[in-house]
Amino acid sequence: MELAIDVRGLRKQFGRTEVLAGLDLAVPKGSVFALLGPNGAGKTTTINILTTLVAPDAGTAIVAGCDVARAPGEVQQRIALTGQSAAVDEVLTGTENLVMMGRLSGLTRRAAKARAAELVHRFDLEAAADRRVGTYSGGMRRRLDLALSLVVDVPVLFLDEPTTGLDTRSRQELWAVIRTLADAGTTVFLTTQYLEEADRLADRIAVLDRGRIAAEGTADELKARVGGDVVELRDADGVLVREIPTDGSVHGLRAAIDELDRASVGGAGVDGVQVSIRRPSLDDVFLAITSGAEASTPELVEAK
Amino acid sequence: MTTATVPASARATATAPASARRPRLRGVAAERVFIGRSLIHSVRDVEALLMAVVLPTMLMLMFTFIFGNAIDPSGGYVDYVVPGIILLCAGFGAAGTAISVSRDMTTGIIDRIRTMPLRSGAVLTGHVVESLVRNLVATAVVIGVALLVGFSPNATPLEWLAVVGVVALYILAITYLFAAIGLAAASPEAASGYGFILLFLPYLSSAFVPVDTMPEWLQWIAENQPITPVIETIRSLLLGTPMGDSAWWAVGWCVLIIVVAAVWGAWLFRRKAGRR
Repeated sequence: MELAIDVRGLRKQFGRTEVLAGLDLAVPKGSVFALLGPNGAGKTTTINILTTLVAPDAGTAIVAGCDVARAPGEVQQRIALTGQSAAVDEVLTGTENLVMMGRLSGLTRRAAKARAAELVHRFDLEAAADRRVGTYSGGMRRRLDLALSLVVDVPVLFLDEPTTGLDTRSRQELWAVIRTLADAGTTVFLTTQYLEEADRLADRIAVLDRGRIAAEGTADELKARVGGDVVELRDADGVLVREIPTDGSVHGLRAAIDELDRASVGGAGVDGVQVSIRRPSLDDVFLAITSGAEASTPELVEAK
Repeated sequence: MTTATVPASARATATAPASARRPRLRGVAAERVFIGRSLIHSVRDVEALLMAVVLPTMLMLMFTFIFGNAIDPSGGYVDYVVPGIILLCAGFGAAGTAISVSRDMTTGIIDRIRTMPLRSGAVLTGHVVESLVRNLVATAVVIGVALLVGFSPNATPLEWLAVVGVVALYILAITYLFAAIGLAAASPEAASGYGFILLFLPYLSSAFVPVDTMPEWLQWIAENQPITPVIETIRSLLLGTPMGDSAWWAVGWCVLIIVVAAVWGAWLFRRKAGRR
């Protein structure tokens, strides 16, 4: 398996705070890889090191076959970054932004214009292409921001929390675009705090917790780690009343249902209860993996 | 619910295989792109452009017609004050550079530029060159208005050329300083605040009144600060007042400021990589 990103023993300290404490990652070529973690887990620092913005204190990181510390220029030729805050020029129009990025990527003026027109069409920005970006909505900005990273079809694309702050529709649009890119062979490395985003988009997921990879694998593999199914109790309106994780055995299930029985008999006023069994979600995985670190996960939000 | 309506952007078709590379930009290609960008900013920010011309012009008219006769009853004050106004004008204009630089440094733009194979400092060069062009234009307008209200220089074409050179050098010096302030400031708002302090310097110089009319302790400051020799040089070139060693001091100060600001700025620029 050829790797697009190969990280070993990466460490980074800011002052006395250890942000990365020996990070190992392996991202196969052409896959979508999600680095999942709460705020402050070290996601952005990881991206900053992999994109040559920050030098690591120790460890190695090979991106697209080049060492980020020894040959940052070589890495820069092969990557694109769409960071957390939109890197768009608000005074310029959408097209001007794209042409500028094309020129900075070594395209001739003509080639840059042609590429800009192509991307404007592909990202559904035709109506706004000649308007200043200052007038764009959040979703349009994000699309343009992503388009700016695609001026050249580089092999590895970094997206730092690409859908934070977007509404549902914009988020799903962006997911579709990212999926298409991966299908065309681009390796996409993204960070996210949204479990659903990782679940829907990523081939592999790594959970980052306090500077270390706490778990890594496909969504299914991670879910399997939590073990058994979860028994849910809902009221007549379908609102979740109780959920009990089980070890997956018949005995475990029976015990869980018995417990629910007692609870619903004892708890007056719960009518028409429905019991269902579901596979564990990434939420369960996340809580199981990072348990003991609850204090550091208040910002964790679930995507709708 | 994986069956959301297919969004429009999903029509994105698979394009070229993802194996292309960005070539490393040669020569001053990046600088040219960023200068072009900054000039577009300049032209589109009509308010800032207007302020850069209107404010110094109003100040000049105020000093000439309101304070002028009180300061110099003979009516020659306009000749005295124009060189100072020119520098004030350059200062106002250059202050905007701190804000533009800070804006670039505090948004994601700088991260994207830093992760590309080019000299990322070129983005600063763009702002500096833009400031030079904008302020030279503003200065020309201010001098034009001055001529209309009675400014009567006796400079030869060669002396005019020297004036342009000194003014350009001064604009560069103060722009570099403001660019470094923009790099140091935590936000564009803070950058504009710090810059304001620098704009007081012309008042503590020979710009509006001769230094020997000031209290003694102030005279020392006024005589030994960088703006006084620059003003005296311009005054001498335009009006034939005694030059003395002003020109040397003027050039020396400007070069020193440029070197210090450039070294400080380069250090700040490197240090801020990856942090915003």
